[in-house]
Amino acid sequence: MKNYLFVLRQPAHSGAFVQEMLDIILTTAAFDQPVSLLLLDDGVFQLKSGQQPEHSGYKNTAAIFNALEMYDVTAIYTEAESLAERGLVVGDLFLPVEVLARQEVAGFMRGFEVVFSG
Amino acid sequence: MKFALQINSSPYQANAGRTACAFIKAAVAEGHQILQVFFYHDGIYHALKYATPPDDEPSQTQQWQALAKEHHIDLAVCISAAQRRGLLCADEAWRQGKQGNDLADGFRIAGLGQLLAATLEADRFIVWG
Repeated sequence: MKNYLFVLRQPAHSGAFVQEMLDIILTTAAFDQPVSLLLLDDGVFQLKSGQQPEHSGYKNTAAIFNALEMYDVTAIYTEAESLAERGLVVGDLFLPVEVLARQEVAGFMRGFEVVFSG
Repeated sequence: MKFALQINSSPYQANAGRTACAFIKAAVAEGHQILQVFFYHDGIYHALKYATPPDDEPSQTQQWQALAKEHHIDLAVCISAAQRRGLLCADEAWRQGKQGNDLADGFRIAGLGQLLAATLEADRFIVWG
């Protein structure tokens, strides 16, 4: 058993990157490992409410995020500065998140045994 | 120390593969063990059998093949990432009703479960690119 952290820094619909990261996240959860997500930089847009990917022919990755709870993936973190720099507030996101300050992020990462960077 | 590595970018998109190769050589020389190199996202393009760079360019696929042969390194290519991009080994092509075998010798097709198993066993997991 190890603690896994997935750091997501790409916006939604940046190629297949997000859905392929979600594949690893779901596999890790299916292996009964504790999983946490940290959304940084443009990664915060992955949880932005009101996505309409079907209009542009993209896969609906927001629906996969909504399914994470079924896999016991509920530890989702983001960074206050990443939200603020993009004009977003927690209320713009469609899942509950815990907000860290930028200066806390490095220490937070040290608490995990495996970190997937994205 | 036991290492598991993941390569995420293609040979002509970034230097991730080259620096990972250099890392592996240095790690093995120091007596460390490389459990697995997992090719994911566009990293799967390292495993294209028919990549044919000009004669005066080093082939990254051949570099990996030589490295794997010399040090018995497991080069695992993600099946879902590979199929998305059109890289199928002979078995998978047959199963999908297609022809061909695009997987370079020395690489093998693997699932995400094998990536997870490697991260669980390794002392360190490093993502490149």
